Amino acid sequence: MNEALLRSLTPSVIGILVRRGADFAAAEDAVQDALVEAVRVWPAGPSPSSSSRGDPMRDPKGWLVTVAWRRFLDATRADTARRRREDLVDEEPAPGPAPAVDDTLQLYFLCAHPSLTPSSAVALTLRAVGGLTTRQIAQAYLVPEATMAQRISRAKRTVSGVRFDQPGDVATVLRVLYLVFNEGYSGDVDLAAEAIRLTRQLAAAIDHPEVAGLLALMLLHHARRATRTAPDGSLVPLAEQDRGRWDTESIAEGVEILQAALARDRLGEFQAQAAIAALHADAPTAEETDWVQIVEWYDELARLTDSPVVRLNRAVAVGEADGPRAGLAALAALNDSLPRHTAVAAYLHERDGDLATAARLYAEAARKAPNLAERDYLTRQAARLNARGRR
Amino acid sequence: MAKYLLLKHYRGAPAPVNDVPMDRWTPEEISAHVQYMRDFAARLEGTGEFVDGQALAPEGTFVRYDGEGRPPVTDGPFAETKDLIAGWMVIDVDSYERAVELAGELSAAPGAGGEPIHEWLEVRPFLAAAPTITDCPHR
Repeated sequence: MNEALLRSLTPSVIGILVRRGADFAAAEDAVQDALVEAVRVWPAGPSPSSSSRGDPMRDPKGWLVTVAWRRFLDATRADTARRRREDLVDEEPAPGPAPAVDDTLQLYFLCAHPSLTPSSAVALTLRAVGGLTTRQIAQAYLVPEATMAQRISRAKRTVSGVRFDQPGDVATVLRVLYLVFNEGYSGDVDLAAEAIRLTRQLAAAIDHPEVAGLLALMLLHHARRATRTAPDGSLVPLAEQDRGRWDTESIAEGVEILQAALARDRLGEFQAQAAIAALHADAPTAEETDWVQIVEWYDELARLTDSPVVRLNRAVAVGEADGPRAGLAALAALNDSLPRHTAVAAYLHERDGDLATAARLYAEAARKAPNLAERDYLTRQAARLNARGRR
Repeated sequence: MAKYLLLKHYRGAPAPVNDVPMDRWTPEEISAHVQYMRDFAARLEGTGEFVDGQALAPEGTFVRYDGEGRPPVTDGPFAETKDLIAGWMVIDVDSYERAVELAGELSAAPGAGGEPIHEWLEVRPFLAAAPTITDCPHR
């Protein structure tokens, strides 16, 4: 059984249970149980025809709904301290006509609700929308499973008062998906691929240029993934990546999605970031990169977000478009406590020919590096320049 | 089985034999070092003795409670701090001797000139949970 297919059914099955009268938290638990059950019974192939639950291979969604609903009823009956199921069903509004807004979309909104912290929203999204198990999510973020289970149940309590049929904010959903793509360790779940799958699913549920922009951004970055690290695990910067190994199919798809989004003339930060990624992807060699256009996109991005990180990246682009002196001048206008400020300064000084200053700054940047891969990379840069100085 | 913490210090440990800062190594020497550390952790995973390994940024902040309704007081980082932990590895091994043996291997990671650093690592036992059956006659 295709686990991805199975997981893609999660949000709609939760939606069906909620419309039948289950509250979100109980529905989500029941569907999680059903998924675990499915993984247990399905890998062998079609279940015996004697199964009273029908054939999961022919109707996986129907199977999940049946099993999840049974789990929900069992859990509700078992919980004698709480209201009886009959009362619950009485109180819920009768299932009326099909809801106007797609269940899947509602789940995205709920799991990224503004009342949730980013880490809670990420965990809840991966479980309720992505259909991952608590254990898989815990492994991906290197925390104990019990901690992740608590994080998820607290998150569910936080959103328990939120009505399921209220429209939500796409921007918060996009930030959560961006986090999933950008952060996390590699366990048995590929979070980047999962983020792309979830963003693709969102793009199918809602017509929004920024959703398209984020999807394009992810595809364009994902296309370069294999070339971003050397076999020994060290970082390979953009200019030194083997462009022949970039995933051209993924780039083509990203560019096409981006162009369609840009044509609608509702620019947002993800579209602008994707445009920059597309210009990099489009250059046959690092030297042929259209830095002038990239600087223009950074100007747009700075206008949209006013983020100091964007201005720092812009300084790098200026250094490429107008020379390292211009880049250093742009950098001088920024606060030097910004993350990676020292690393950018080191790079621009090296390009300007001041190798001693560059080596000193690379070593300093390594001490401030936010992760091991960057620290090793920056230490190597310092070592490379120092070794040249000794020759 | 007993758990031990292998502590690596930025500062505070006696100077290693091969005492050259990493940015004075060649890039190839850095690669060899990183590879050695990776292989070491992978090998301990293979023997079922690896628990955890983490690296820490050099700069930290000291924080203390400052009374009801007040935000915590922060201070530092202090340039004069004598002891500065760089990172750790937690291992779960059968004996103290095994912990020392592994720390010795980790200390042999290559540095400048491809020669072992002979870095001093601190081996500290975890205070484990009390055993169910003890030989102590008073319990």
